[in-house]
Amino acid sequence: MASVPQLQRQFIEYTTSLHNEGYLDDQFSQLQKLQDESNPDFVVEVVSLYFEDSEKLLNNLATALQQKSVDYKQVDSHVHQFKGSSSSIGAQRVASVCVHFRNFCEEKNLEGCLRCLQQVKQEYILVRNKLEALFGLEQQILQAGGSIPMME
Amino acid sequence: MSAEYHEEDVPHVLAVDDNIIDRKLVEKLLKTSSCRVTTAENGMRALEYLGLRENHQQNHCNNNGSKVNMIITDYCMPGMTGYELLQKIKESSVLKDVPVVIMSSENVETRMNECLEMGAQTFMLKPLKLADVKKLRHQLTT
Repeated sequence: MASVPQLQRQFIEYTTSLHNEGYLDDQFSQLQKLQDESNPDFVVEVVSLYFEDSEKLLNNLATALQQKSVDYKQVDSHVHQFKGSSSSIGAQRVASVCVHFRNFCEEKNLEGCLRCLQQVKQEYILVRNKLEALFGLEQQILQAGGSIPMME
Repeated sequence: MSAEYHEEDVPHVLAVDDNIIDRKLVEKLLKTSSCRVTTAENGMRALEYLGLRENHQQNHCNNNGSKVNMIITDYCMPGMTGYELLQKIKESSVLKDVPVVIMSSENVETRMNECLEMGAQTFMLKPLKLADVKKLRHQLTT
Protein backbone atom coordinates (compact mmCIF):
# COMPACT_ATOMS: atom_id res chain seq x y z
CA MET A 1 0.00 0.00 0.00
CA ALA A 2 1.62 3.24 -1.18
CA SER A 3 2.03 6.13 1.23
CA VAL A 4 0.12 9.39 0.85
CA PRO A 5 3.14 11.37 -0.44
CA GLN A 6 3.85 8.60 -2.98
CA LEU A 7 0.24 8.64 -4.17
CA GLN A 8 0.25 12.40 -4.35
CA ARG A 9 3.43 12.32 -6.42
CA GLN A 10 1.84 9.75 -8.74
CA PHE A 11 -1.20 11.99 -9.07
CA ILE A 12 0.89 15.03 -10.00
CA GLU A 13 2.98 13.06 -12.50
CA TYR A 14 -0.08 11.49 -14.09
CA THR A 15 -1.97 14.77 -14.40
CA THR A 16 1.09 16.45 -15.90
CA SER A 17 1.56 13.68 -18.47
CA LEU A 18 -2.10 13.85 -19.47
CA HIS A 19 -1.66 17.53 -20.21
CA ASN A 20 1.69 17.07 -21.96
CA GLU A 21 0.32 14.31 -24.17
CA GLY A 22 -2.63 16.48 -25.13
CA TYR A 23 -5.34 14.28 -23.64
CA LEU A 24 -6.48 17.12 -21.41
CA ASP A 25 -6.14 20.84 -21.87
CA ASP A 26 -6.49 23.89 -19.65
CA GLN A 27 -10.27 23.58 -19.61
CA PHE A 28 -9.93 20.50 -17.37
CA SER A 29 -7.90 22.58 -14.93
CA GLN A 30 -10.70 25.17 -15.02
CA LEU A 31 -13.14 22.44 -13.94
CA GLN A 32 -10.86 21.42 -11.08
CA LYS A 33 -10.67 25.04 -9.92
CA LEU A 34 -14.48 25.16 -9.74
CA GLN A 35 -14.59 22.24 -7.32
CA ASP A 36 -15.00 23.38 -3.73
CA GLU A 37 -16.39 22.35 -0.35
CA SER A 38 -19.94 23.14 -1.44
CA ASN A 39 -19.48 20.88 -4.46
CA PRO A 40 -16.65 18.43 -3.70
CA ASP A 41 -17.59 15.99 -6.46
CA PHE A 42 -18.10 18.55 -9.19
CA VAL A 43 -15.44 17.24 -11.58
CA VAL A 44 -16.55 13.61 -11.27
CA GLU A 45 -20.17 14.68 -11.77
CA VAL A 46 -19.46 16.66 -14.91
CA VAL A 47 -17.18 13.99 -16.35
CA SER A 48 -19.76 11.26 -15.59
CA LEU A 49 -22.35 13.27 -17.50
CA TYR A 50 -19.84 13.56 -20.32
CA PHE A 51 -19.30 9.78 -20.40
CA GLU A 52 -23.04 9.11 -20.49
CA ASP A 53 -23.69 11.72 -23.15
CA SER A 54 -20.72 10.64 -25.28
CA GLU A 55 -21.78 7.02 -25.34
CA LYS A 56 -25.22 8.05 -26.56
CA LEU A 57 -23.70 10.27 -29.23
CA LEU A 58 -21.36 7.52 -30.44
CA ASN A 59 -24.32 5.14 -30.78
CA ASN A 60 -26.34 7.77 -32.62
CA LEU A 61 -23.42 8.42 -34.95
CA ALA A 62 -22.98 4.73 -35.75
CA THR A 63 -26.70 4.41 -36.49
CA ALA A 64 -26.82 7.55 -38.59
CA LEU A 65 -23.88 6.43 -40.72
CA GLN A 66 -25.42 3.00 -41.27
CA GLN A 67 -28.50 4.43 -42.98
CA LYS A 68 -29.02 3.66 -46.68
CA SER A 69 -29.29 7.35 -47.30
CA VAL A 70 -27.07 9.14 -44.78
CA ASP A 71 -28.40 12.40 -43.38
CA TYR A 72 -25.12 14.34 -43.11
CA LYS A 73 -26.80 17.26 -41.40
CA GLN A 74 -27.88 14.94 -38.61
CA VAL A 75 -24.41 13.39 -38.39
CA ASP A 76 -22.86 16.86 -38.26
CA SER A 77 -25.26 17.88 -35.54
CA HIS A 78 -24.17 14.94 -33.36
CA VAL A 79 -20.49 15.68 -34.02
CA HIS A 80 -21.06 19.33 -33.15
CA GLN A 81 -22.53 18.26 -29.79
CA PHE A 82 -19.65 15.88 -29.18
CA LYS A 83 -17.08 18.54 -30.03
CA GLY A 84 -18.81 20.99 -27.71
CA SER A 85 -18.98 18.75 -24.68
CA SER A 86 -15.44 17.44 -25.25
CA SER A 87 -14.11 21.01 -25.37
CA SER A 88 -16.08 21.86 -22.26
CA ILE A 89 -14.36 19.21 -20.17
CA GLY A 90 -10.95 19.67 -21.78
CA ALA A 91 -10.85 16.42 -23.79
CA GLN A 92 -8.68 18.05 -26.40
CA ARG A 93 -7.87 15.10 -28.64
CA VAL A 94 -11.51 14.06 -28.93
CA ALA A 95 -12.47 17.63 -29.86
CA SER A 96 -9.72 17.75 -32.52
CA VAL A 97 -10.98 14.63 -34.27
CA CYS A 98 -14.47 16.16 -34.24
CA VAL A 99 -13.16 19.08 -36.29
CA HIS A 100 -11.99 16.73 -39.06
CA PHE A 101 -15.19 14.76 -38.73
CA ARG A 102 -17.26 17.88 -39.38
CA ASN A 103 -15.26 18.61 -42.53
CA PHE A 104 -16.08 15.16 -43.89
CA CYS A 105 -19.75 15.73 -43.06
CA GLU A 106 -19.71 18.93 -45.07
CA GLU A 107 -18.15 17.05 -47.99
CA LYS A 108 -20.66 14.22 -47.53
CA ASN A 109 -17.67 11.88 -47.56
CA LEU A 110 -18.92 8.58 -46.10
CA GLU A 111 -15.54 6.89 -45.96
CA GLY A 112 -14.00 9.88 -44.24
CA CYS A 113 -16.87 9.97 -41.76
CA LEU A 114 -16.57 6.29 -40.96
CA ARG A 115 -12.81 6.65 -40.41
CA CYS A 116 -13.41 9.60 -38.11
CA LEU A 117 -16.03 7.70 -36.18
CA GLN A 118 -13.48 4.99 -35.46
CA GLN A 119 -10.88 7.57 -34.52
CA VAL A 120 -13.15 9.59 -32.29
CA LYS A 121 -14.32 6.45 -30.55
CA GLN A 122 -10.71 5.44 -29.91
CA GLU A 123 -9.77 8.84 -28.54
CA TYR A 124 -12.85 8.88 -26.37
CA ILE A 125 -12.09 5.45 -24.91
CA LEU A 126 -8.50 6.53 -24.24
CA VAL A 127 -9.47 9.69 -22.39
CA ARG A 128 -12.20 7.88 -20.51
CA ASN A 129 -9.73 5.28 -19.28
CA LYS A 130 -7.24 7.95 -18.28
CA LEU A 131 -9.83 10.00 -16.41
CA GLU A 132 -11.06 6.91 -14.60
CA ALA A 133 -7.47 6.13 -13.61
CA LEU A 134 -7.06 9.72 -12.39
CA PHE A 135 -10.23 9.56 -10.31
CA GLY A 136 -9.08 6.19 -8.94
CA LEU A 137 -5.83 7.79 -7.77
CA GLU A 138 -7.80 10.59 -6.14
CA GLN A 139 -9.93 8.08 -4.26
CA GLN A 140 -6.82 6.25 -3.05
CA ILE A 141 -5.34 9.49 -1.75
CA LEU A 142 -8.55 10.46 0.04
CA GLN A 143 -9.01 7.01 1.53
CA ALA A 144 -5.44 7.09 2.83
CA GLY A 145 -6.36 10.31 4.61
CA GLY A 146 -4.50 12.65 2.27
CA SER A 147 -5.64 15.61 0.21
CA ILE A 148 -5.58 16.05 -3.56
CA PRO A 149 -2.67 18.28 -4.65
CA MET A 150 -3.68 21.52 -6.39
CA MET A 151 -2.28 21.59 -9.90
CA GLU A 152 -1.17 24.92 -11.30
CA MET B 1 -29.54 27.54 -2.09
CA SER B 2 -27.50 30.33 -0.50
CA ALA B 3 -29.01 31.30 2.80
CA GLU B 4 -26.50 34.11 3.34
CA TYR B 5 -27.78 36.32 0.54
CA HIS B 6 -30.98 38.32 0.45
CA GLU B 7 -32.86 37.73 -2.78
CA GLU B 8 -32.46 41.35 -3.90
CA ASP B 9 -28.67 41.31 -3.57
CA VAL B 10 -27.98 38.31 -5.74
CA PRO B 11 -28.56 38.57 -9.49
CA HIS B 12 -30.83 35.93 -10.91
CA VAL B 13 -29.56 34.55 -14.20
CA LEU B 14 -31.42 32.35 -16.67
CA ALA B 15 -28.95 30.10 -18.52
CA VAL B 16 -30.11 28.42 -21.73
CA ASP B 17 -28.18 25.58 -23.42
CA ASP B 18 -29.26 22.33 -25.06
CA ASN B 19 -26.04 20.55 -24.02
CA ILE B 20 -26.33 19.00 -20.57
CA ILE B 21 -22.62 19.29 -19.79
CA ASP B 22 -22.52 22.95 -20.78
CA ARG B 23 -25.62 23.63 -18.71
CA LYS B 24 -24.02 22.15 -15.62
CA LEU B 25 -20.83 24.06 -16.28
CA VAL B 26 -22.44 27.45 -16.83
CA GLU B 27 -24.59 26.94 -13.75
CA LYS B 28 -21.50 26.27 -11.64
CA LEU B 29 -19.60 29.22 -13.12
CA LEU B 30 -22.51 31.53 -12.31
CA LYS B 31 -23.04 30.16 -8.80
CA THR B 32 -19.31 30.51 -8.09
CA SER B 33 -19.69 34.12 -9.21
CA SER B 34 -22.48 34.65 -6.66
CA CYS B 35 -25.50 34.44 -8.91
CA ARG B 36 -28.74 32.62 -8.47
CA VAL B 37 -29.23 30.37 -11.49
CA THR B 38 -32.16 28.86 -13.34
CA THR B 39 -31.37 26.70 -16.36
CA ALA B 40 -33.44 25.92 -19.45
CA GLU B 41 -32.65 23.34 -22.10
CA ASN B 42 -34.04 25.23 -25.07
CA GLY B 43 -35.52 28.52 -26.25
CA MET B 44 -39.16 27.47 -25.80
CA ARG B 45 -38.61 26.49 -22.16
CA ALA B 46 -36.73 29.74 -21.61
CA LEU B 47 -39.62 31.78 -22.99
CA GLU B 48 -42.10 29.83 -20.90
CA TYR B 49 -40.06 30.53 -17.79
CA LEU B 50 -39.87 34.21 -18.67
CA GLY B 51 -43.62 34.37 -19.00
CA LEU B 52 -43.65 34.85 -22.76
CA ARG B 53 -45.98 32.27 -24.26
CA GLU B 54 -46.04 31.45 -27.96
CA ASN B 55 -48.08 34.39 -29.09
CA HIS B 56 -47.73 37.62 -27.20
CA GLN B 57 -49.35 36.72 -23.90
CA GLN B 58 -47.08 38.30 -21.33
CA ASN B 59 -46.84 38.24 -17.58
CA HIS B 60 -44.82 40.61 -15.45
CA CYS B 61 -43.30 37.79 -13.48
CA ASN B 62 -42.30 34.29 -14.44
CA ASN B 63 -43.71 31.09 -12.95
CA ASN B 64 -42.32 31.54 -9.48
CA GLY B 65 -42.43 35.33 -9.50
CA SER B 66 -38.71 36.03 -9.30
CA LYS B 67 -37.25 38.59 -11.63
CA VAL B 68 -34.50 37.58 -14.06
CA ASN B 69 -31.59 40.03 -14.17
CA MET B 70 -29.71 38.49 -17.07
CA ILE B 71 -30.13 35.81 -19.70
CA ILE B 72 -27.17 33.85 -21.02
CA THR B 73 -27.85 31.61 -23.97
CA ASP B 74 -26.06 29.30 -26.36
CA TYR B 75 -26.28 30.31 -30.01
CA CYS B 76 -26.56 26.87 -31.70
CA MET B 77 -29.65 25.16 -30.37
CA PRO B 78 -32.16 22.99 -32.21
CA GLY B 79 -35.61 24.48 -32.72
CA MET B 80 -34.98 28.06 -31.65
CA THR B 81 -31.45 29.46 -31.95
CA GLY B 82 -29.98 31.80 -29.35
CA TYR B 83 -30.36 34.59 -31.90
CA GLU B 84 -34.10 33.89 -32.28
CA LEU B 85 -34.49 33.80 -28.52
CA LEU B 86 -32.65 37.13 -28.28
CA GLN B 87 -34.99 38.57 -30.89
CA LYS B 88 -38.11 37.49 -28.99
CA ILE B 89 -36.75 38.97 -25.78
CA LYS B 90 -35.94 42.29 -27.44
CA GLU B 91 -39.44 42.38 -28.98
CA SER B 92 -41.02 42.07 -25.56
CA SER B 93 -41.91 45.33 -23.86
CA VAL B 94 -41.49 43.63 -20.49
CA LEU B 95 -38.15 41.96 -21.12
CA LYS B 96 -36.34 44.11 -23.69
CA ASP B 97 -34.11 45.72 -21.09
CA VAL B 98 -32.86 42.45 -19.61
CA PRO B 99 -29.25 42.00 -20.75
CA VAL B 100 -28.76 38.98 -23.00
CA VAL B 101 -25.39 37.30 -23.45
CA ILE B 102 -24.82 34.94 -26.36
CA MET B 103 -22.33 32.04 -26.07
CA SER B 104 -20.90 30.20 -29.03
CA SER B 105 -18.20 27.62 -29.64
CA GLU B 106 -17.58 29.17 -33.05
CA ASN B 107 -15.89 32.52 -33.47
CA VAL B 108 -17.83 33.70 -36.53
CA GLU B 109 -17.64 37.45 -36.97
CA THR B 110 -20.92 37.76 -38.89
CA ARG B 111 -22.68 35.81 -36.16
CA MET B 112 -21.21 38.02 -33.47
CA ASN B 113 -22.20 41.18 -35.37
CA GLU B 114 -25.75 40.06 -36.00
CA CYS B 115 -26.20 39.29 -32.28
CA LEU B 116 -24.74 42.59 -31.17
CA GLU B 117 -26.91 44.43 -33.69
CA MET B 118 -29.99 42.66 -32.32
CA GLY B 119 -29.07 44.05 -28.91
CA ALA B 120 -27.02 41.33 -27.23
CA GLN B 121 -24.93 42.75 -24.41
CA THR B 122 -21.95 40.50 -25.11
CA PHE B 123 -20.89 37.60 -27.25
CA MET B 124 -18.73 35.02 -25.44
CA LEU B 125 -16.71 32.11 -26.76
CA LYS B 126 -17.18 28.65 -25.28
CA PRO B 127 -15.88 27.04 -23.24
CA LEU B 128 -16.45 29.86 -20.75
CA LYS B 129 -13.79 30.68 -18.21
CA LEU B 130 -14.44 31.70 -14.62
CA ALA B 131 -12.70 35.06 -15.20
CA ASP B 132 -15.16 35.87 -18.04
CA VAL B 133 -18.19 35.05 -15.92
CA LYS B 134 -16.91 37.04 -12.95
CA LYS B 135 -16.44 40.04 -15.26
CA LEU B 136 -20.01 39.62 -16.47
CA ARG B 137 -21.25 39.47 -12.90
CA HIS B 138 -19.39 42.65 -12.08
CA GLN B 139 -21.04 44.40 -15.05
CA LEU B 140 -24.46 43.47 -13.71
CA THR B 141 -24.05 45.52 -10.57
CA THR B 142 -22.47 48.63 -12.12
